[in-house]
Amino acid sequence: MPRFLALTDAIAEYVHNGDTVAMEGFTHLIPFTAGHEVIRQGRRNLTLVRMTPDLIYDQLIGMGCARKLIFSWGGNPGVGSLHRLRDAVENGWPQPLELEEHSHAGIATAYAAGAAGLPLAILRGYVGTDLPGVNPNIRFIEDPFTGVRLAAIPSLRPDVSIVHAQRADRAGNVLLEGIVGVQKEAVLAATRAVVTVEEVVDDLRVASSNSVVLPSWTIDAIVEAPGGARPSYAHGYYRRDNAFYTQWDAISREHETFLAWMNENVLRKSSSPSPPIRGRRKG
Amino acid sequence: MDYTASEMMMVAAARALKNDDVCLVGIGMPSAACNLARLTHAPNITLIYESGTIGAKPYVLPLSIGDPELCETALTTVSVPEMFAYWLQGGRITVGFLAAAQVDRFGNINTTVIGEYSKPKVRLPGGGGAPEIASSCDQVFVIVSHSPRAFVPKVDFVTSFGFGTGGNHRQRLGLTTMGPSLIVTDLCLMRPHPQTKELLVTSVHPSVTREEIAIRTGWPVQFAGDLAHTDPPTAGELAVLRDLLNRSGQAGGMGPS
Repeated sequence: MPRFLALTDAIAEYVHNGDTVAMEGFTHLIPFTAGHEVIRQGRRNLTLVRMTPDLIYDQLIGMGCARKLIFSWGGNPGVGSLHRLRDAVENGWPQPLELEEHSHAGIATAYAAGAAGLPLAILRGYVGTDLPGVNPNIRFIEDPFTGVRLAAIPSLRPDVSIVHAQRADRAGNVLLEGIVGVQKEAVLAATRAVVTVEEVVDDLRVASSNSVVLPSWTIDAIVEAPGGARPSYAHGYYRRDNAFYTQWDAISREHETFLAWMNENVLRKSSSPSPPIRGRRKG
Repeated sequence: MDYTASEMMMVAAARALKNDDVCLVGIGMPSAACNLARLTHAPNITLIYESGTIGAKPYVLPLSIGDPELCETALTTVSVPEMFAYWLQGGRITVGFLAAAQVDRFGNINTTVIGEYSKPKVRLPGGGGAPEIASSCDQVFVIVSHSPRAFVPKVDFVTSFGFGTGGNHRQRLGLTTMGPSLIVTDLCLMRPHPQTKELLVTSVHPSVTREEIAIRTGWPVQFAGDLAHTDPPTAGELAVLRDLLNRSGQAGGMGPS
């Protein structure tokens, strides 16, 4: 049974300096509100894991929260660069950022292996590319049955995974729908899991017995955070703010405009007051 | 009818796709070309985006690989680990359609860094799905604007393996797929030489000269003996493409460049 917490308490309790943190969501359901609280609480030396760092990691990196990034595609989709990520890699601002770079197939398989309790992930991957030359965590092994050469990478086991979902019921079961990405695997692979949701409801409204539901006992904390994925989107609730993704290119390009935006829109905003939680239970 | 070089490129790319293809679609120009094919000569093509959307039929072109438009119009949406394991690695995709920052004479693609990896001049977004798209799809089409900056003798970083150093390099690495069988640019089509695997110009777009292609290619580019001339876009192709880009731009997706 997860605890229903206010955002500040959930981040304070479950995200620590130096942790390996995965905030997942493939374009959809990116946990922006939770990420902003991590920035406000000034976490440092995080190893951030995400297939597509997106704007949320650009913001965390630019605000000095990260020492390392494990990722597979670090751009602003359809727009261009993540300028804060680039600045950290190219110029070490605000601090150097160590990279562990993979492909999508590699990271997706590594989360699945983590969820499955395996020490490593194997795939037909990275063949002929220069990635194994710059990432010692990509190696090759021989299949003992056929002799086929396969890529092997360590499974991903984050200290904490944070995801955003459409809703939770009062028992703490969580439903995700639409583009479900790698969130189920990220939650199951992690030591601790925090989930922000659009709403807490009596009835989860599970559309099909094959819907993606995270049972309550796989989650440590649930935070009701309406709009918690904006400017990403929550299928069935609100659309992706493509205009903001485009504007971020200019906002993030220079230190001054970036810091001013973060100050105005993240630092000076107290975490949204926690909405009344109906049916809160003792954890 | 007037048209731009960029429109010629997208039309030529769309024409390469077949009605029975199962295509893994990169974002940007590949997505425009694939949907143009679907809206013209290939209505039954299966378009797959790496966000897990299989059989997507977007009315407007998405800005990102995971826009809601894709999920809402797809036959089914699977998780990302399933997408890469069962659908891509499982060998169920006939064409991977990629964009590139750099392509070299053997079709290797770089989307990782310009300059040295440890001290890059420009840090690019990276590989995403492309490294395994390049190895697991039956064949790969690449769409890229033709410039000496993009067409280099040797890529700074092999993000997605084409033909390596040429010849049978793919076979030596155990790859059984074709690799980059077609490069579409705003000037021409290029295909690998059957033996050496060096990219050759095989078709020149209307009113483009050989000199122009040579100047804008970073190696001494060769032309196929049976060099073809690309047909200009038809009025029908242009109307569909422009309508698609206009409505997409108005909806906040990928618009006219």
